[in-house]
Order: sequence, then structure tokens, then C-alpha cells
Amino acid sequence: MMPDLLNEYLMIKAKDSIDSNSDWELLLRQARSAGVLSRLAFFWKKFRLFNPPQHFSYHLESAETYWLSQKRIVNWELYNLSQVFKLLNIRLILLKGTAYSASGLNAGMGRVFSDIDILVPKYQLKTVKDALKWHGWLPESMDNYDRRYYERWMHELPPLRHIKRGTSLDIHHNILPQTCNLYPDAELLLKAAVKITDTDYWVLAPEDMVLHSASHLFWGGEFENGLRDLSDIDLLLREFSGNDPGFWDNLHNRAEMLGLGKPLFYALRYATKILGTPIPDSAIEASTIYAGRGKNRVMDYLFLQALKPHHRSCADSLTGFARWLLFLRSHWLKMPLHILVPHLIRKAWFRLADNTKKT
Amino acid sequence: MSGPNSTSSLIASGQFVVRIGPFSIRIHSAISSVQQGILELYSDYAILPPDTFCDFYVRLIQPVGVRRFFRKQVLFAFDQFIPFKPLPYAQAFPFFEWGLNWCISGYSHRFLIVHAAVVERNGKALILPGAPGSGKSTLCAALINNGWRLLSDELTLVDRATGYVVPVPRPVSLKNESISVVADTFPFCQFSPVVHDTLKGSVCLMKPPTDSVSKADQTALPCLVVFPKYQAESSLSLSAVAKAEAFMRLADLSFNYSVLGTQGFETMVGLVNSCQAYDFIYDGDFNQASDLFVQLLDDVR
Repeated sequence: MMPDLLNEYLMIKAKDSIDSNSDWELLLRQARSAGVLSRLAFFWKKFRLFNPPQHFSYHLESAETYWLSQKRIVNWELYNLSQVFKLLNIRLILLKGTAYSASGLNAGMGRVFSDIDILVPKYQLKTVKDALKWHGWLPESMDNYDRRYYERWMHELPPLRHIKRGTSLDIHHNILPQTCNLYPDAELLLKAAVKITDTDYWVLAPEDMVLHSASHLFWGGEFENGLRDLSDIDLLLREFSGNDPGFWDNLHNRAEMLGLGKPLFYALRYATKILGTPIPDSAIEASTIYAGRGKNRVMDYLFLQALKPHHRSCADSLTGFARWLLFLRSHWLKMPLHILVPHLIRKAWFRLADNTKKT
Repeated sequence: MSGPNSTSSLIASGQFVVRIGPFSIRIHSAISSVQQGILELYSDYAILPPDTFCDFYVRLIQPVGVRRFFRKQVLFAFDQFIPFKPLPYAQAFPFFEWGLNWCISGYSHRFLIVHAAVVERNGKALILPGAPGSGKSTLCAALINNGWRLLSDELTLVDRATGYVVPVPRPVSLKNESISVVADTFPFCQFSPVVHDTLKGSVCLMKPPTDSVSKADQTALPCLVVFPKYQAESSLSLSAVAKAEAFMRLADLSFNYSVLGTQGFETMVGLVNSCQAYDFIYDGDFNQASDLFVQLLDDVR
């Protein structure tokens, strides 16, 4: 297995520069496949954390240029959405990458994302959906089963796509599915949302933003962008705790209130272990009340494998297996068996039927 | 290159690094038509040590599964990312060329990249944008056999920092009727085997002139934009295109104009301002076309 250079470079600390060409090339490949090349561009330009040779910096700048073009597109979409929401007199609350980027947080720097995520009170979903339809946002085609499944069990509507511009929009009414073993009270999230100064956009409160990111990563089951998401958490924690001395206590209390202590425990644990996030011992100690009894060694093994850069050079034969186990775990956590089993059987059957049709 | 066997084994093991214009490319494939194509058409290029920093690591591989044994296919991989559906196995070498075009145009935003052939004479670049079927590549193949230097057959790279055209000379891609036209007119040139039934019809790649490859580090000042159109049995016609229209047409043919935003606009303004632009209809008389372009370039200061 080759060295995992990317983790080292995603840590915010001055790093002795690697000097061999092969290592720079490997870093480029790892960063590209983990979706963090444009983020490294900021670590280089804004924070001066490392000093790349020119052939490498060309790629950083190229990635940054591409990221800026994405940001222009997203800004335009957000502006359009904000006009619709203004008419409805509903707050436009942004989630995840969209939120980091719009609020100018460090976690938004070089953060690439493929769709826009927003949070809407559940009782207003239909109003929002109907209004957006008049502005060109239509649901992607989907069979009736999937559609019903989304509506009944999920925490978001089936994704919308803009008919002319092709942008994808996810409307959430909560941050985890209704069937999940952890189902926070969306009212609390909505109530605490904060307005970004001088804009018409709202985002989750800092603590909620971290908790959302943590539950998304550690309850989500998909690790293709896992390291990037962990890097988000790392950047959020560094920035929020730097701005507010009471942040760690607030974070802990908020996790307690929302019932998201376990994802927080994992987030703090792996952010420190993998990216060296400076978290006070007291905060880590406080989060251990959410740790499972005796299972941490197993979870350590699985998450440390799964959160490696998504690149062949960092994977051994067990990495894929660990990711698969965590994928199963996420289904287990998100759905009770009486929903999960029929769902999986249906999916498996249709995959089979579909294949036989093709060959 | 040291010899066919060593090159093939370098390609098979991912140790083969070739310098093409501003890029170092790592090519990795166990497929013999790919190795053969590289061996024949890239023999003039600088082969770099395996531990060179590579901008692009590309692989041509066979998909796993039973398809290996009947109706074989080939995949193009950019590192571990597979951007396209598989193609029939016989198209492996042209697939390498198409895939590499995709890598360059999607990931090299220090250039404004226009879908156009570009050739040079006396340090001045002639850009030949064109929709498919306009005869751009045929004209380009003819010009480079007529004393012009090939900068690129597909991708005009305009350096945002300098405004100059940066060469990325590669084999010239010929399609359908133009294959025999070029092969008959220039029988001394070297061609890859013709591959039939691709999405673009029959395709064949022509080896670039040695001189163009060895001068790949010499940039050129953009001076002339000619939109060619082949029209059988028509008389040669040349008409000026206004700058604003040339701008819009070039922006339309650019792969990354919108990605570059303001920077793209500024680079394009610089490009259009330094060039005269023409619509050009020709009936396949290459010498006449070449003479005309020489004359036009001479008129440019």
C-alpha cells in the first residue's frame, strides 16, 4: 500500500513539504479522487500551509477556477430561490456545502458539491414544492414505489431538478430520516437557525451545523466523500471554537437536547485521530458518555478504514469490506426491520429483473 | 525510444511517461493496439523517466466480466475515474486520443481552450475552429504537410497569463472520406490502422511531423482566425468576420469559456483583438488555401 499523503495535507498545520515528484503526483491523485483538490488550493493560497511546486500548483489553480465557476452557478440559484421564498414569506435555510459556502465559513472554501440542500418546515413542504414548480423546479422521474417511499419515510422530498438550468435541489424537512433510531426535533433546528448578515439566507446555528455534518457522515453509510466531510467537520470545529469560548459546552448541550450525542462522539473522536483537530480534552471526555460499551475498537477499525482517501493507493483488501459493513450498519440504523427487509428484497429483485432484461 | 519491446512493457506496467506540449502524461495499458499506436505515432516525443510528476494518468483497460470473451470492450480511465461508457475493443487507440482530449479540456483551466485546429508560421498562429464536418482536420493535415507547424489538431490552448497559443501537438484525427484524401495526397505520411464504426464513423490518426513535436515548447502569437468550410466544386471565397461575431463563435466553441468567468472573457477579448477573422469556403485545393493564409499572415503586423 502506498502512503496516505492526503490526510497529512488536510491537517491544518505547516507541513514539511514532500519533495519527490512521485509523491506530488500521488497527492494530486488522492486529492482529486477525494474531492478536496480545490480545498487544498485554499490551504496553499490563504493559509500558506504548504508550498507546492509549479506543476502541482497549476492543478490547484485549475481546481480553484472550476470551484469558483460552480460557486457562481450556486449563487445565482440561491438568488432565484430567495426570490421565491420571499414571496412565500418562508426563510430560505441552507444546509451542508451550500451553507458553508454562502456563510463564508472556512469549510466553504474549495468545497465542491453537486446539489443545493435546504431545510423547510414539514408543514410547509407542499407550499414550497408547488411554488418552486412554477419557477422551473420539477421532481426527477422516479417510480411510484420510490416516490411513496421518499414521502413516507425519508427526511427529504424526492430531488428536484431545474428544467432549464439542470441544477439539482434537495428539500429537507429534517436532517435524518423519520425511521432513523435518532430523529431530532426539526422544530429546534428551525428555531435556532441564524441569518447570514446582509443576505436573505439562513443557516443552522453553529452547533447544529456541526451535528448535522456529524450525523450525515456517521449515520449516512456512504464514504466516497467521507474524508472531505470529515475535513468539513474539522474546519467547522476549529472556526467555531475559535470564535466562541463557550462553543464546546454549547455543542455538548445541544447534542444532548437533539439526541445526537453518538454522532458527535464519533465526529470528535475521528476528527482528532485523523485530522488532528485541536479539541480540548474536557470536550472529548464529555462526549464519551455517548460511546458504546466496548465496541469502540471495532468502530475505530471500521471508521479509520472507511475514512481513508477514496483512492486505490490507500485501500487494502479490507477497506472495501469495512465500507460495506458501515453501509449495512447505516441501513440498520436508519430503518426498523419491518421496513428494511421488504425494501431490500424489492430492490434486490428489481436489480435482478433489470439485469436479465439487459443481457 | 529504445525499442518496441521496452516501450510496450513500460506502457503495460504504467511506467510510460510522455511529454506532450505543457503536459506529462502517464499511459498505462495492456492492450496491444494502444501500445502499437503509441509506438508508431508517438515515436518522436520525449519519453520521461517513470518517476516524473504526471499531470494525467490515463489507462485503457478491459471491463471485468464475461464481456472479456465475446464482443470485447475497452474502458478509458482517468486515474480511477471512468467518465465514459465502454467502447468496442477495436477502438482502444482512438479512445485514448479522445479521452486525453477530455482530460486536458476539463482540467487545465490556466488555458482558455477552444475546439479548433491551430498551426503556426513565423511565430504567428492560424486558428481553424470548426464544427465537425467542416473539414478543419483535413485542412490542418494538409497545411502541416505544406510547411506549417502543427500546434494542435483539436485543442487550441490560449495561455491566460500571456495570451499566446501553447502547442499540444498530437496525431491528427481524420474521419471518413478525408482519410483517403489525405492518404492519397501525402502518401509519405504515417497513419494508424483505420478503425471503422466509431461514433464518428471511420477514423484514422496521422503521425504529426517530427519538427512540430520537437518545437512543442515554442508558443505562437495568435494572429488569424479562419472558420473553414469545405464545399465541393465551389470557388474559393474569403469574407471578413466582425470581431464581435468572431468572439461569440469562439466562445461557443470553447470548452471552458464559462468556467473561466471574467478571466475567460478577458482572455477571449485579447485573442479576438490580436486576430483577424474570416469565413473561408474552399473546394479542397490545399495549396491555394495555404498560399492565401501565408499572404493573410504576412499582412498582419
